[in-house]
Formats: sequence, C-alpha cells, structure tokens
Amino acid sequence: MQASDRFNINSQLEHLQAKYVGTGHADLNRFEWAVNIQRDSYASYIGHYPMLAYFAVAENESIGRERYNFMQKEKTIKSCSSGYEVKC
Amino acid sequence: MYLYNLTLQQATGIVSAINGNFSGGKIQEIVVARGKILSLLRPDELGKLQTLHSVEIFGCIRSLAQFRLTGAQKDYIVVGSDSGRIVILEYNKEKNVFDKVHQETFGKSGCRRIVPGQYLAIDPKGRAVMIGACEKQKLVYVLNRDTAARLTISSPLEAHKSHTIVYSICGVDCGFDNPIFAAIELDYSEADQDSTGVAAGEAQKHLTFYELDLGLNHVSRKWSEQVDNGANMLVTVPGGGDGPSGVLVCAENFVIYKNQGHPDIRAVIPRRADLPEERGVLIVSAATHKQKSMFFFLLQTEYGDIFKVTLEHGNDGVTELKIKYFDTIPVTASMCVLKTGFLFAASEFGNHALYQFQAIGDDPDVESSSSTLMETEEGFQPVFFQPRGLKNLVRIDQAESLMPIMDMKIANLFEEETPQIYSLCGRGPRSSLRILRPGLAISEMAVSQLPGVPSAVWTVKKNVTDAFDAYIVVSFANATLVLSIGETVEEVSDSGFLDTTPSLAVSLIGDDSLMQIHPNGIRHIREDGRINEWRTPGKRTIVKVGSNGLQVVIALSGGELIYFEVDMTGQLMEVEKHEMSGDVACLDIAPVPEGRQRSRFLAVGSYDNTIRILSLDPDDCMQVLSVQSVSSPPESLLFLEVKASIGGEDGADHPANLFLNAGLQNGVLFRTVVDMVTGQLSDSRSRFLGLRAPKLFSVKVRGRPAMLCLSSRPWLGYIHQGHFLLTPLSYETLEFAASFSSDQCAEGVVAVAGDALRVFTIERLGETFNETAIPLRYTPRRFVLQPKRKLLVIIESDQGSYTAEEREAARKEFFEAAGMGENGNGNMNQMENGGDDEDKEDPLSDEQYGYPKAESNKWVSCIRVLDPRTAATTCLLELQDNEAAFSVCTVNFHDKEYGTLLAVGTAKGLQFWPKRSLVAGFIHIYRFIEDGRSLELLHKTQVEGVPLALCQFQGRLLAGIGSVLRLYDLGKKRLLRKCENKLFPNTIVSIQTYRDRIYVGDIQESFHFCKYRRDENQLYIFADDVVPRWLTASFHIDFDTMAGADKFGNVYFVRLPQDVSDEIEEDPTGGKIKWEQGRLNGAPNKVEEIVQFHVGDVVTSLQKASLIPGGGECVLYGTVMGSLGALLPFTSRDDVDFFSHLEMHMRQEHPPLCGRDHMGYRSAYFPVKDVIDGDLCEQFPTLPMDLQRKIADELDRTPGEILKKLEEARNKII
Repeated sequence: MQASDRFNINSQLEHLQAKYVGTGHADLNRFEWAVNIQRDSYASYIGHYPMLAYFAVAENESIGRERYNFMQKEKTIKSCSSGYEVKC
Repeated sequence: MYLYNLTLQQATGIVSAINGNFSGGKIQEIVVARGKILSLLRPDELGKLQTLHSVEIFGCIRSLAQFRLTGAQKDYIVVGSDSGRIVILEYNKEKNVFDKVHQETFGKSGCRRIVPGQYLAIDPKGRAVMIGACEKQKLVYVLNRDTAARLTISSPLEAHKSHTIVYSICGVDCGFDNPIFAAIELDYSEADQDSTGVAAGEAQKHLTFYELDLGLNHVSRKWSEQVDNGANMLVTVPGGGDGPSGVLVCAENFVIYKNQGHPDIRAVIPRRADLPEERGVLIVSAATHKQKSMFFFLLQTEYGDIFKVTLEHGNDGVTELKIKYFDTIPVTASMCVLKTGFLFAASEFGNHALYQFQAIGDDPDVESSSSTLMETEEGFQPVFFQPRGLKNLVRIDQAESLMPIMDMKIANLFEEETPQIYSLCGRGPRSSLRILRPGLAISEMAVSQLPGVPSAVWTVKKNVTDAFDAYIVVSFANATLVLSIGETVEEVSDSGFLDTTPSLAVSLIGDDSLMQIHPNGIRHIREDGRINEWRTPGKRTIVKVGSNGLQVVIALSGGELIYFEVDMTGQLMEVEKHEMSGDVACLDIAPVPEGRQRSRFLAVGSYDNTIRILSLDPDDCMQVLSVQSVSSPPESLLFLEVKASIGGEDGADHPANLFLNAGLQNGVLFRTVVDMVTGQLSDSRSRFLGLRAPKLFSVKVRGRPAMLCLSSRPWLGYIHQGHFLLTPLSYETLEFAASFSSDQCAEGVVAVAGDALRVFTIERLGETFNETAIPLRYTPRRFVLQPKRKLLVIIESDQGSYTAEEREAARKEFFEAAGMGENGNGNMNQMENGGDDEDKEDPLSDEQYGYPKAESNKWVSCIRVLDPRTAATTCLLELQDNEAAFSVCTVNFHDKEYGTLLAVGTAKGLQFWPKRSLVAGFIHIYRFIEDGRSLELLHKTQVEGVPLALCQFQGRLLAGIGSVLRLYDLGKKRLLRKCENKLFPNTIVSIQTYRDRIYVGDIQESFHFCKYRRDENQLYIFADDVVPRWLTASFHIDFDTMAGADKFGNVYFVRLPQDVSDEIEEDPTGGKIKWEQGRLNGAPNKVEEIVQFHVGDVVTSLQKASLIPGGGECVLYGTVMGSLGALLPFTSRDDVDFFSHLEMHMRQEHPPLCGRDHMGYRSAYFPVKDVIDGDLCEQFPTLPMDLQRKIADELDRTPGEILKKLEEARNKII
C-alpha cells in the first residue's frame, strides 16, 4: 500500500467500518440498515437501566427477563436477517 | 428562560450492588449504584442500614465489581459506566469520599453497542479485570502493585471477537494459574449472511474461556463449547484449594455446571406449580457464599424464589449439582451475602431489604438434582414446588424506595403549610401511593396531658458526667412542675426547685449544682442540698436569661444586664452590670470552648431591631464588639458551633464556625458567622421559616450540637455528611422544647404544645422527604385529584395476572390441599389452631411473593377512590373481562345535571407481542355518588383503539384514541362523537387544554398545538415540533409553552414564538387557511425548543408547584428510578451569570468521578440549553479548601458567599 492510499477516503471508511460495527456504506441495503438500528437500540436499552425498568413496568416482567428478551436471537438476529417484519 | 436543576431526592432504586470491606478492616460494607449515584452503605450493630456516603457521578453506572489484591485488607471498586473509561475507586475512610485510583480511557462515551462497560469480571485473586461490551469488544487489564504497594493497572489487552453478542462474563477461579475469564457468546456472522433464516435458526450460544497469559502478556481464546441457547448468566465456582473451579451457567429453566474437560452437569430449576407452561424460569440475580470449608450459591429467579445451589465434588470433579428451594423474597437487581450473616436484597422495584440468615437451608425441602434429572420425549421432567413463608431468612430492616414513580401530583389536600406530593410508586402487588412531605419524620414516644397550659420546659442532669437527664421541669403561668426521669416519669417535690413561681430558665450550672431562674431571683441548688438565693434589687423582675454551663446573664426589666460567673468553689458570683438603652428582647451566651473557662461572647437582641455582641472577657467586660441590624425585632437568639465541611466520617476535622442564629418576629431565621476572635459578624443569611417568630433551642443530633427552631412548624438545623441542613420536621406546632436523654431514648426532644408534654425522636436524618405509604393492588397507572372532596381516583392495571377471584380460588385450593396433608398426621385441634395462626400471618402475602403469573394476554385492573387522610379506600371497582384502565380524567359536561363525572379509558385484551393488538377500547363514564366516595357506571362507549389520553374541553370530553383526537359529548346511552382529527402521526399520549388551545402529545413526535373552531366544528393542528420526542411526561406551562420529557431521559420546554402566537390569535380564521396549505407534511408553524436538559433517568411525571409557602413556582419531576428533582427559573440575570460561571469552573476543576464529561452527559441526546446543573454546583463544598478559594477568586467572591448562594437557591425550592 502506498503512503497516499492510507489517507484516501475509501480506506479510511473501510477502517471505520472494520472498527465500528454499524458504520454505513454506499451499498447498504434496508435490511442491513434496519438490523443495525435495531441492535443499536437494544444495546442502548440494556445499557440504560432506567429505560430497561420502564419497559419492565410496561410489560410486567422482571428487569432480568427484559434484558434477556432484548438480547435473544429472536430479536437481535432473526427479525431482520431473514427479511421479515422490520418495524423501524 | 434559564432554569436551575436540583435533585431533591436522590434516586432510590438500585442498579447493582456489591459487598466487601471498602474501608479496610473487618467491617462489611455495600456499595450500590443507583443509576447516576454511587453510595456506600453499612449495616450498623442493630442491623439498620446507614448510608455513609453518596455521590452523584454524572454518568450512567452500568456495572460494578470489587476486587482485592492478594494479601491486602481492603477492596477496590471497579466501575463500568458510559464514560468509555474504566475507573477504579477506593473508599477513603478519613475524608469519607471515593478516591479515584485509576482512570483509563478505552473508547467512545455513551452506552453503545461495542464500547465496553456493560459487563465486568474480576479474576478471583484480584490479578486482572475484564470489561466487556454487549457486542464484540472485551478488554483485559492486568492489576498489580508497585514497590510502594500502590495499585497499578496495565495497558488494555484485547479479547475482541467481531460479530459476537456477549451475554455475560465472569472470572474463573483457577488459583494462581493464569487468570481465565468465561463468556457466553453468540456468533451471528453466518446468520447475517444467510437471508433464508436457516443459519439464524441454527445459531448457537457458546461458552468461551479466555486465558490471560501473564508471562506473554497476551489474551487467547482457550476453549469454546456449545451451551444451552437460553443461557443468560455466569457464576464463578470457587477453585484452587476451595472447590472444583469452573462456572455455573444459568439458563432458562436450567443451571449447568461447566468446566474445561469436564462433562456438563445439569439440573432443572424447580418451577412454581401455578406457572403457565409456556413460561420459562430465568435466574436474574446470584450471590455466592464462601467459607473455608464450604460454599454455596443463592440464585434468584424472575419470580422471586431463591434457590440454594450446592455442588458435590471430589478429586474427579463435580459429581452432582443440587438446587434446593430456599426462600422467596421480592425480585432483586442484586443480592449480597455479607460475612456477618446478612443478606442485602436490592429490589428491582420497591423497598430494599436487609435479611438475617436464620438457617442456610439444611432442612429438607423441594430439591432438584443433576442425578435425578429425567429426560423424556417432551424434554426434561420439571420439578414443582409451592412457595412458603420465610424459613431461612428474617427481615430486619428495609430501605424505602420510590422506584418506579408512575405518576405524581402536588396539592395541599391536608391544608398544611406546605403542599404534599402524591406519588404512585411501585409495581404489581408492591405498589403504593406515597404521600411525601418535605421534612424529617418524627417518631412520637410519649404524649401526656398536664394540669394546665405550660409555657416552657427544660431538662437537666444532676451532674455534668451523667449520661441521662434527671429532671424535666415544666413552667406554667404561676407555678413550676418538676418531673423526675427514671423508669417512669413522675412528679417529685424534693428537688429543691421553687414550685410556686414560674421559671425563666433551669439548667445545670458548674459541675453538679442546679440553677432555677424565676422572675424574682436566681435559686442556686448545690449538690448537697444547700440553697443560695439571689434576689432582684427593688421591684424589678428578671425578663430574659442567657446561660451556658459556667456563665449566666440576666436582663432585668428596664434594660439592665447583670453578669454572673461560677467561681472555683462552685459559687455563683456577680461580676458586672451593664445598662442597655432599652428593654432586652433576648439573650444568649456562646457555649464555652473546650479547655476554656468562659466564653467570650454574649449576644443581646433589642426591640430597636438590633443584635449586639458584647464581650464577657474580664479585660473588656460588657464592651460592645459588634452590632447587627435586622429587619424585625429578634425574638430568640442561639449560638451554634457548626463543624460543617468535608473530612472524617463525622466531618469534624475542620475548624468550627460559630454561628449566631436569631429568630425574628417576622418569622425569619437570621444566621450570621461570628468571628471567633474579634466577635465581628459577617456573612449573614436569612430564611423565612413560618408565620410565627422562631424560638431557638439547642439540641444534640448524633452527639453534635444542633438547633431546633419552633415557628409555625418545627425545623431542625443539623449537620449531615458534612453539610449544615435546615429541614422542617413533620410535626405539629410546638411552643417550647428541650433536648431529652434517658436510657430508653438517647437523643430525643421533649416539647410542650397546648396542654400536652410530648417526647419524640427524629428519624432518618438526611432525607428531604418523609413519606406515608398506602398500599395499592396493581401497578398504578394514573390518578386524578378531587381537590374539593379531598379524594383521589387511581387507576391500576397489571398485565399477565389472574383476577382477584381467580387468585382467591387458587389460594383457597392451596390451603385446602395443605390442610389435607397435615390432616393426615392426625391431631385435629392442633391443626385448627395452627391454621388460624397461619391466616393471621398471611403466609403467602402477595407483597412478598408476587401475584401468580398468568398468560401475557390476561389483564387485571381496578379503579379506586381513596381518601388520603384516613388512607381508606372508599370504592374499588375491579374491571371484568380482561379490561385494563389506562387513562382517567374528571369532566363536567355542560348543560347536564350530573355535575362532575369520571371518564376512564380502557382496553380489552391488549397485547404487545408479536404485534400490538386489542379486542376493543372503551371509555367508561362514572358518576360520583355518596359525596364522591363511590362510583356508579353511567355507560361505556366502545372505541377503536386504546384511549391513552382523556381531557375535559369546553364542557365536552377530548379523547386521544390511537392517532385520532376526538371530541365527545355526553349522551343518554353512550358518548356522542362531535368532531375529530385523524392527522396525528402515531399515538396520542397526553392532552392538555387552555382556553381554546389543545396541546396534544404524541408518543413519538413531541407536541402538537391544536385549536378548536366552534362555529365550523373543526379541530386543526396549527403548530408542531421538529424534533422526534418519545414523550413520557408533559405539562402545560403557559399559553405558548409546554414542558415535556422523553424516554431517553431528557426534559425540554417548547414555546410557540410570540409573533406566531399573536398572528394565530388575531387571524379571524385562526390560521386555518395556512393550516390547509401545511408545510412539509406537518403543521404550518413550528415550536421552538427553549430549554433542554438530560436528566439521565426516565422522567415519568412533571408538575409545576411551589413547595414553600410564599415561594416561587418551579417544575418538579419524578423519575423511574425514584428520584425527585426540580427546575427553578432564575429571576435575575446576575444569578444566571453567577451560576453559569460556577458551573463552568466546577466542570473544569472537579470533573465527575467516573470519568464522564459533565457537559457531554447533560447533552447526551441534545445539547443542553439554558439549564444550570445545581447538582454539580452543590458539590462545591466538597472541594478542598484551596480549590474552593481558587474558584471563588475567579468569581470575585469568597467561598462563604458561594455557599450562601447555593443555600439560597436551594431554599427557593424547598
């Protein structure tokens, strides 16, 4: 790789995409985009305890169960990868 | 508009709790994270939880862990937060603060998917820590110590694996071999590539061991094996010499023991017999107890049942895993087993509790074991059990928690001086209505009637060295009553006090003699019974007295002061006389400083609105040292030594300040600092306490001097965690008070009010509010106040529960079954007695065990009318047929005879998953009968969605049903549709009205300002917001302004620009033509955001109120984590400048503890706008003195002035 390539915008983007999961690119399709939004959202819900508690009250489940549900593959993987029901 | 944000009550919910010896030594302590607050708790000898220290970190704490270096005596705290940094804290016992030992940056801030901070795992030997994110990233830091035995931390070692979701991590105990961390991971890379969904279906969770090679300084994946797909949590199993090592994998329905090169040992988690089949059992919290000879685990399920897990192990590894039912307590966020035999249970909702172990579950009970595990064609055979009363644990203390506050309103239904805060808290069977009053709680110990109306009361000891008081002396208009304190309190006549005259003061003087001052003289009662009497000259009488243990000053009518001192022989000697210019209003002598013979200062208040400080030194006796003029004649004076500041557990290693406190006749308490050398007065501050002139009394609080101020309500000025606090007491008006100490009550107060003598103690120091809780049945959703009738109407609903009848039937069945079993043993009589006892104890109280779970599409709900004064429910309507209430309002329909009616919005068969659906929505209309104490259904109207918002509007009812705003009028059989607007984006969650404007809040799209045109019968939106806001609370501020809060923890205000507002009001069509044109698919006008602030907690209710009599209004908010805060509008530009500069300096000089940038935190979602963070400013007194001075210099003020400003700002709110 030449020295100039390193500062080329594309290689920078590639670097970002490798480093930060979910960084978009020109050929992103709607499912990839949606799945990223969804995973980002669930990660945020899990990280913010008050929000997790808010959901737990709404669904009348324990906070532990809410956290479990948000991370299960039914929510994080299946719903988007197989291309059905994207609610965003 | 500029606002000052101040937290009035810190969050009470707990995110995570850890235990250890944080202050060193053997004392067991607990560190809890309450969202953005870190506190240190310690159970005292009596088993009461005490909060030692509490600090706001301006960040979001997600995980906590403690570790100890080998051979050390003290635990360190590791904090995983949203700061993108790992922070290691140490508790500093001397200064009572958390010291930051290390702070290492590793990533971006915020709770992100791939930024570590969500999980923490510690090597059990304290050699390394792993910090992980939800996805991909895991970092390992090596912990060590340097030559000076200080903790060192290495640069991070990466253990990343991309396309991997992490569920839990923990350390593996492998003695002193290389540290190993275990993680439950799920690789989704294949699933993402495969759009058919096959790979996603086959994706399997793995348990992976990461080994940190200390020699190579490198982390490698050592071992990975498939694990049950329901796995959600890991627990470390003791290893090395203590156990078999490895981990417990908690999965849905199972606990599995796993280790490298060891077969899985699996056992099912017993299920409650009444649990629906489709529901699993999930472990939500775990605690380990380890002794030299044994260890066990306590695992709690999502239903609250605790199981004791033990492992049978030998040389060839683990042979059996046993899960035995232990006890049931409310579901916890974290459990801590303390070495002292306590279990701290941090409840996820509702009060936290401290339990003591009675047994460790050795008695036989329902047990599931790996050796009896049966696998059939339908899967593993379940084991059932029935929850029972507590057998192994006994609750000894609980800590109140408001989490979650569902709704809150402020009103003065009790007609007290200040309004009460009514908040709906908790969830399910543990929910309650809590009435909060600003002030400290009182526990009354005795009330006794006296023969007349007393004017004053004192307590005296017989000797300075006595621990307890000997006499209570009560003065009446023409007599004095002496009560001796022993096992009982009774009248005595041999005390030597003169009982035929009123008294002005009674105290211990010198070491062991008593003094009674009455209008005609001083009676000095020596220890041996000799009595010396000093009589006033001529016909003059004594009017005021000031004394400490060694000095006495009396004021005669006419204004003459006479000063006495106790000499070496214990004799009271007249020293000096002084003529004042007029009558003396009040007197006080400063307490004698330690090691001195006399105090130098006498304060004299005169009716000419001045207070003078006179010297009592022999050289310049009765010289005026300084004069202070005040706004009104002083009524009472008190010198108080305040040792407020940081440092030490008691905050006492700072030079004391002498404060002169004066209660003025206009009800103001005036406080000023007295220079200890010159007697000059400076730095005065005043505060309005009540309608009567405050009388000041010196009392003791936690062994330190404190002040009781009796105005129209009592106040206590005391030192708490280094701060001087002046807080009202929740008690009636008192006339006169004195401290009281006996062996039943070490620090009490005796007071007179009316014709009664009252003894009480003050509880829960340091709290801003005291609360009265009234239990409710289901999760409260909303409530309305009926100010005229002083009643509340509350709607409660719970998803996935059985109705009251079904629950009752099930319970009966259970008891019958249990009774049958015992019947088999014979002995009928005993059985019946036992049965009765059981009923009384209520062995299955729902509060402890929770309601039995039903299918998620079952709802229970009730409407309750509650009288808060008697805490009595006057009417309770259970809704039938799967209906649940979601909204409520009172409505007066015009030209109808019913008067005020109650509208309740309900939904039948509501389901959120897999898709939101419902059978039908209804609006019920109820009539109040029996003077509002009961409800009668008039009719119910079916609607197409869930009516989430209801509001009265111009004699009609506005309802928000899904995305439709509709206006209803009352008909005979049902509500009649009058007008509607279907143009709202998602779901209407709030409606507020003012004049002809309607302010509609959408669940996702912030506010919409609407107008109703009566002549055209049309509802139209004339303005909306540009920002998507997921509204959780809203409040109408003024004609053009709305306050709202969103799901992400922001509070914001939006305002319609003045010109737009005017235009709409002037436009004869009301902007209708413009509306028809629209703009960008929205309303023609846009509101502007004028205030924005990230609270860091989901705000669930907003309300405008004034908590102090005569004070300005502020916006109060309640949050999910159970905290209460206030936003106070600034009234002057100077204050705004001052506080924004102070905030700026505080940000620079005192960055938050856990490494989050303060500005970044307050602007987490939107840039903060026009809100100054009072919580940060109030940390100013905790800074070291030189830093305080530095900041004060920059602001051109003294530290004292800054403290005064902070105090003033707080006093404007509460």
